[in-house]
Amino acid sequence: MCGATTGGLSREGIDVSKETVIEGTISKDGVPVTGYVRLLNADGEFTAEVPTSATGAFRFFAAPGSWTLRALVPGGSADRAVVATQGQVHEVAIAV
Amino acid sequence: MLYGGNNNWFASYAYWYFKLYGHQDVKLLDGGRKKWELDSRDLVEEVPSRPAANYVAQEQDTAIRAFRDEVVDAINVKNLVDVRSPDEFSGKLLAPAHLPQEQSQRPGHVPSARNIPWSKAANDDGTFRSDAELTELYQEEGVDLAKDTIAYCRIGERSAHTWFVLHELLGQENVKNYDGSWTEYGSLVGVPIALGA
Repeated sequence: MCGATTGGLSREGIDVSKETVIEGTISKDGVPVTGYVRLLNADGEFTAEVPTSATGAFRFFAAPGSWTLRALVPGGSADRAVVATQGQVHEVAIAV
Repeated sequence: MLYGGNNNWFASYAYWYFKLYGHQDVKLLDGGRKKWELDSRDLVEEVPSRPAANYVAQEQDTAIRAFRDEVVDAINVKNLVDVRSPDEFSGKLLAPAHLPQEQSQRPGHVPSARNIPWSKAANDDGTFRSDAELTELYQEEGVDLAKDTIAYCRIGERSAHTWFVLHELLGQENVKNYDGSWTEYGSLVGVPIALGA
């Protein structure tokens, strides 16, 4: 969304200690951009996909382990590896 | 012309449903809404107004729909393609982690079923893979394309996507979607169930 401030999604109501949260934002040329984020498992297999918010934010409730995030936006894509553990919020900023 | 989110799961199900009740003039937009967005095509917010009309469906065409007894009879006889995620197939999960609504009583899969997740049939942008890639995928995973096939998942949406691939794209005859799927099968008393990968 043009002119939107950057920042994470609200964690209100989420018991982070019980969850394995992977979240972040997608940006292009330093500006948040909307698109889709795919969550691939350690074998590279598709596990889940979410559209971003209007400010390019995304969140997955995953299982502990090694994951790859794949951001898809108009005109580009980018991968980021993340090792997730329970009880932590893993913030991943993806520049495409 | 149908399209949807979630890589056209629901649009594929609607397509199968139209065909099931005899509506032949229906198409699926390859890639659905995601591909449309990634191509930066226009989206509008206006909701079109259409006059109400009467529509009479045909009798259902059971050539493309499998029921539970047919699935039991297909064990070790026909191709059974389970298109759920590996963790649902093995019995670790009863439903996708983000879609817990419908669940069976028991975990696992139909004996002799091959696990070929729906996602293997699609590219990242939601479009279907090429016919050659799709043929290779099912053959490599042990599907005998000379035999009749039944696809299932949890409630028949993801398997409608695979039914579309096998029946509409690859032109395989005698492919059925078992829309009762694991939610029905995994709640039956007295049917064989397999666990593990």
